[in-house]
Amino acid sequence: MASAHAIASLDEEFEFTAETKRRLLIGIGTGVALVAIGAFLLASGVGSHETTLAAHEGGTIEAGHHAYKWTNRLWANVWLNGIYFTGASVIGMFFMSYNYLAQAGWSVAFKRVSEALPAYLPIMGLVIVATFFIAGHDLFHWTNPGLYDKASSEYDPIIAGKSGFLNTPFYVARIILYFALWYGLWRMIRNFSLQEDLHGGTEYYEKSVKFGTAFLLVFGVTSSTSAWDFVMSIDTHWFSTMFGWYTLASWHVTGLAVITLTVVTLKERGYMQWVNESHLHDLGKFMFAFTIFWTYVWFAQFMLIYYANLPEETIYYRERFSGYGGIYKTPFLVNIFLCFVAPFLILMTRDAKRTYSILKLAAWCILIGHYFDFYVNIMPGTVGEHGGFGPMEFGMILIFACGFIWVIYSQLAKANLVPKNHPMLEESLHHDI
Amino acid sequence: MSDVHGSGKFLVGIFDDDDVVLQAVKEVKNAGVRIHEVYTPFPIHGLDIALGHPRSRLGIAAFMFALSGTLTALAFTYYTEGFDWPMIVGGKDPYSPIIYVPIIFELTVLFCALGMVGTFLISNGMGPTVKPLMYDLRTTDNKFAMAIDLSKNSIVEGDIEQILKDSGAAEVNVKQF
Repeated sequence: MASAHAIASLDEEFEFTAETKRRLLIGIGTGVALVAIGAFLLASGVGSHETTLAAHEGGTIEAGHHAYKWTNRLWANVWLNGIYFTGASVIGMFFMSYNYLAQAGWSVAFKRVSEALPAYLPIMGLVIVATFFIAGHDLFHWTNPGLYDKASSEYDPIIAGKSGFLNTPFYVARIILYFALWYGLWRMIRNFSLQEDLHGGTEYYEKSVKFGTAFLLVFGVTSSTSAWDFVMSIDTHWFSTMFGWYTLASWHVTGLAVITLTVVTLKERGYMQWVNESHLHDLGKFMFAFTIFWTYVWFAQFMLIYYANLPEETIYYRERFSGYGGIYKTPFLVNIFLCFVAPFLILMTRDAKRTYSILKLAAWCILIGHYFDFYVNIMPGTVGEHGGFGPMEFGMILIFACGFIWVIYSQLAKANLVPKNHPMLEESLHHDI
Repeated sequence: MSDVHGSGKFLVGIFDDDDVVLQAVKEVKNAGVRIHEVYTPFPIHGLDIALGHPRSRLGIAAFMFALSGTLTALAFTYYTEGFDWPMIVGGKDPYSPIIYVPIIFELTVLFCALGMVGTFLISNGMGPTVKPLMYDLRTTDNKFAMAIDLSKNSIVEGDIEQILKDSGAAEVNVKQF
């Protein structure tokens, strides 16, 4: 391309204003208050779904489960949001890595946004490990030592057969390894990117390609194993060979929605004028495509189980569709609507992918839909008929989301908004489709 | 979509470079000449905008073909399994659309693909018995051809030839169909 781009200056600092900080703090405070209200209501027994009918219809409570306490729902919520936001932040690294490996140029214009997301990982790692130590016995049936003891009345040969993988030391070591690898590799790429701003040249780009490739190799394995550990091991008896891909698909489209939403928000506030309609169009295509990918994996898992009709597999959907008094049926259907039907129809046309408000609408559908995706996967196995959607759920989302926005903004404020010495920058500024 | 089955007398400007032909389109149009079509060996970014072509309706056609596939599959599976000869397989309802989603999906893709192949052949005037109109055979190799329909322009032939040469045409030929 011979013509010069029309951008006056590529020096642009994001300002994380005191006003924004104040709003985020109010958000976190409101979240804490809502959680406290929710906890009070649960502790005093208001709004619980404890009916004998529900228990009978569910009929799926695994033997030897610890007695239910209201704190179970609190910790299940922490766990749920921890997994959801871990996914949203690690996808920033995933997105950058495959763009490096594919030597893609178009995404450079908003690379700093995807680069900012994984900074939330250490906090999420701490939350997840701490939750496991505090409430692991309440959330994970497999942590019950009686299951592995032949002399015990709780002995379960199926779960005992999984003890080589599902044992506490190995489990905790794996979780720490995931976060160490993901965060460590992101740190390397982030440093290369910041150094590149100062010194230029292609040396940092070459190194980033290598470390990005290493991350993809690591993530190829750990995305599946972490999905088993974080989510699938809750329903200890049940297993699905699709589950790793399914969770990766869910995380991926969530992360893409976060990136799109952040880019559109920044543009609306006057930042990043070099990001043009073609970039947004491609981000819209990404969301559209991976919405369909998620649906494909979701449906493949569902249909195989429906078709094969094996009792030990169908119980998973039975619990969610009609078990526990049917309280998970609405989230189950809302999930499919918001994760597939809505974004599929909203993002179909070319103009939709180039319009801020429609992109934001689709991104919000995806973000809320995939919260319910994890809600439907985690809640029945942890709190069963005591689940629900009240102040505690809203509050917990608010706390985690405001923390996430805080981390993204503070990372964006640390560096120039565009990697101005990136070798592919010119290509990205001329992106035209 | 412009009329590909051109007839009559055409002036064909031959260009050597994609940047030159893109610029030439703007200059020739500014000089008041109506361009019939530009033929290139590869897609040029922004050429359809410069030519002022209306937005392609291929997307709508693809959607309609796909939808016809979806409806055909739904009707077919419902007629056979739900109406004409219901069978209980695996203890499920005789007709459950969930089982047929793969069929519905595949027929959607098949109808869309075949429909688009047909659309491609018709809209480009191609087919087993149709003799394709070539303004210049070299546009399949390394040249760019700008075709101008003389019957649709009021400017005299000599002036158009001059305008084409001024805007960078390496040669200007006459083509009669």
